Amino acid sequence: MIRQAFRRALLGAGLATAALLALPAAAQQAGQQAGQPAYPSRSITIVVPFAAGGPTDTVTRLVAEVMGRDLGQPVVVENVGGAGGTLGAARVAQARPDGYTLLLHHIGMGTTPALYRRLAYDPVGGFETIGLVTEVPMTVIARKDIAANSLAELVALVRRDQTKINYANAGIGAASHLCGLLLQKAIDAPMTTVPYRGTGPAMTDLIGGTVDVMCDQTTNTTQQIRAGSVKVFAVTTPQRLPALPEVPTAAEAGLPGFEVTVWHGLYAPKGTPAEITTRLSRALQAALRDEKLVARFADLGTAPVAQERATPEAHRAFWQADIAKWRPVIQAAGQYAD
Amino acid sequence: MWQSILDLGYGFGLALEPHNLFWCFVGVLAGNLIGVLPGTGALTAISMLLPLTFAMHPVPAILMLAGIFYGSQYGGAIGAILLNLPSHPPHAVTCLDGYPMTRAGKGGTALGLTMIASFFAASFGIIVMIFASPLLVEMAFKFGPAELFSIMLLGLIAGSTMSRGSPLKGIAMTVMGLLLGCVGTDVQTGQQRFTFDLPELADGVELVSIAMGVFGIADFLKHVNRMKHVGNLQPVKFRDMRPSLAEMRQAFWPMVRGTLVGTIFGAMPGTGPTITTFIAYAVEQKISKTPHKFGTGMIAGVAAPEAASHSKTQVDFIPTMSLGIPGDAVMALLLGALLIHGIQPGPRLLSEHPDIFWGLIASFWVGNVLLMVLNVPMIGVWVKLLQVPYRFLFPAAVFFIAIGAYTVNNEIFAVYEVLVFGLLGWLFMALDFPIAPILLGYVLGPMVEENFRRAMLLSRGHFGIFVERPISATILGIIALLLAAQLFFSLRARLRPRQAAAGTLSFQE
Repeated sequence: MIRQAFRRALLGAGLATAALLALPAAAQQAGQQAGQPAYPSRSITIVVPFAAGGPTDTVTRLVAEVMGRDLGQPVVVENVGGAGGTLGAARVAQARPDGYTLLLHHIGMGTTPALYRRLAYDPVGGFETIGLVTEVPMTVIARKDIAANSLAELVALVRRDQTKINYANAGIGAASHLCGLLLQKAIDAPMTTVPYRGTGPAMTDLIGGTVDVMCDQTTNTTQQIRAGSVKVFAVTTPQRLPALPEVPTAAEAGLPGFEVTVWHGLYAPKGTPAEITTRLSRALQAALRDEKLVARFADLGTAPVAQERATPEAHRAFWQADIAKWRPVIQAAGQYAD
Repeated sequence: MWQSILDLGYGFGLALEPHNLFWCFVGVLAGNLIGVLPGTGALTAISMLLPLTFAMHPVPAILMLAGIFYGSQYGGAIGAILLNLPSHPPHAVTCLDGYPMTRAGKGGTALGLTMIASFFAASFGIIVMIFASPLLVEMAFKFGPAELFSIMLLGLIAGSTMSRGSPLKGIAMTVMGLLLGCVGTDVQTGQQRFTFDLPELADGVELVSIAMGVFGIADFLKHVNRMKHVGNLQPVKFRDMRPSLAEMRQAFWPMVRGTLVGTIFGAMPGTGPTITTFIAYAVEQKISKTPHKFGTGMIAGVAAPEAASHSKTQVDFIPTMSLGIPGDAVMALLLGALLIHGIQPGPRLLSEHPDIFWGLIASFWVGNVLLMVLNVPMIGVWVKLLQVPYRFLFPAAVFFIAIGAYTVNNEIFAVYEVLVFGLLGWLFMALDFPIAPILLGYVLGPMVEENFRRAMLLSRGHFGIFVERPISATILGIIALLLAAQLFFSLRARLRPRQAAAGTLSFQE
């Protein structure tokens, strides 16, 4: 176990480069000489377009380990961060479509087509879908001394004071930014948006009372909510969460249709053969059934998607609906990330 | 108070359990070695070793990962002092006086003093962590955008006047750094600045690339084919490596002041380690009786920033561990590691997982003792490194720099950046421009701007926010005093040049 993990660490450290450069050529030659070997015949790389240790990275590492067992080959995680996830996505879109380079990306796949006007790759047509992985719920929270005790009172406060309420987010394209856009659209009243570089400083200022409202993933908010350092108004899912059973859904609190989750999906480059994406999808489903993985996901405040959603078809349909959902919201706000 | 001591005893019991001690040792050793390698910082090291911890129990896992973090800081000073290579950008300022000491054959002394200062500062930081955590957490919340802006402005003004030689050249280099800091995506509007449609520049220029380029590579370019060895080749005796009593005395107060600077900055999340070391250096230079000697191998210029970097590192763990809010990327990674182990970092960590909290704190001190024991005998080995002929040392270092820059984002672009900044740095050195202000401007520029704009957003455009908030107003007052003092002393020196020459004036600007 440790040795395997260590080998993986080494691979990820830079030998992955050598592997990326040398192995495809070698494997192809071998394949041509000895007929097609069964997929997968060597290690698979999942590119995470964000830094190690972040929520997407955590999800990927948990899934990769179990998928590797099902596939009989190690699944290596490589972090290619930068430019809001578009650098890593570009690398996969331009990779050889042989099933050995994959992408695990979040809700950004649904918003990138609207947020970015100049991209070096096709953000929609450049990928094959493999399956959805998980949906992380979000929560509407506020500083603990705000003069509102329910979502309805908060909405009334925002409507009365118009732009006097400060909404913090973690930068353009961040989940907290998207949720804020949708919230303002749902209540049809503007707030003053104060962007931060990352969730950490935004949360510090929310707890300190410098800013008023924020909406972020349960991964970042659950502990603060339980400790009482922030006030919570609603969760953004159709059902209440097991981790926060006393918090109403947005619909229950009077904002039907205000639903947003940070979803994660697995992709392959365009042109990857269907038998390979099907095989990967099967491995993904097996991983999502794994008891240990389910427990770890629960610790993160999330759960794997239902088995029938971890398929190429369901994933593509959901992704396209998400693109259609965000395009008008982002365009109405007139915000671009480039 | 008593409870803290009892809990700490429990923590020491955990940290000294053989397997925990072992993994702590593995962490500090790995961190120390990785810290010496140019360009490979704690961030890369921890993300590389993170998967290794999946199979481990959470306590040893977090002890090891944290050990890598502070272990790499000990290693970082070695490259900076011996080879002018700031393996980790906060150590860049240590190059300014550490490297001249090496060139003068006193590299061993500089390393010895650094180790002592580091250990002292880390121990102090740990004590602060144990007894003053709640106080510092309260303080952290008082620092909003307006306060951070004022602090950053203070750093910029104190730092830009610290360079040797022509003040105009120093300011020019600070501005150069500010411009470099502008590159990338604007946080508030998403506007791309100076990115020339290169997506690799969307997150700005890589800090590691600048530091390695303008310090390490530029120095190589200047000395290649002109120098056979770094420093002189006299055989190193163990006696030479031990700092003399006089040198220890010279280092003592700078070490204490550096530690305090680091502690104060550690309590303010959002101020990075690089600013902390620059401020510590600037403070020493400002109060020194011989400010013009800084940059030629002053002991204070090595002890103070190194102490600051270590106390800041330890105090930084306070917001991370007690609030679950990471202060920087390395802290975010450590929190990620806890999450993978099913432990939710946050305000309830202390009550839900006292083993992690107190075990970690105790292991900090154990780890620092291990690092001392490890590093003091190693100084001789590191100094021997200088006897490797330059023609071997130079390509080897460049090789590691390239790997280090690559691993930041697994992108070759950062390696090209190192080359560009190396050439630029060489040009500036040849024209006698100071290079440290570039780094300062680069780090502080975006923070000054972002916090200013955030404060203005919150105040709806009223400048009053900076003087209405007491902490911010106090800092602005200090800035005004600093500028007034600068002006006063330079005028007085100009009006009474004869007396200054006669030596009756103790202040020289």
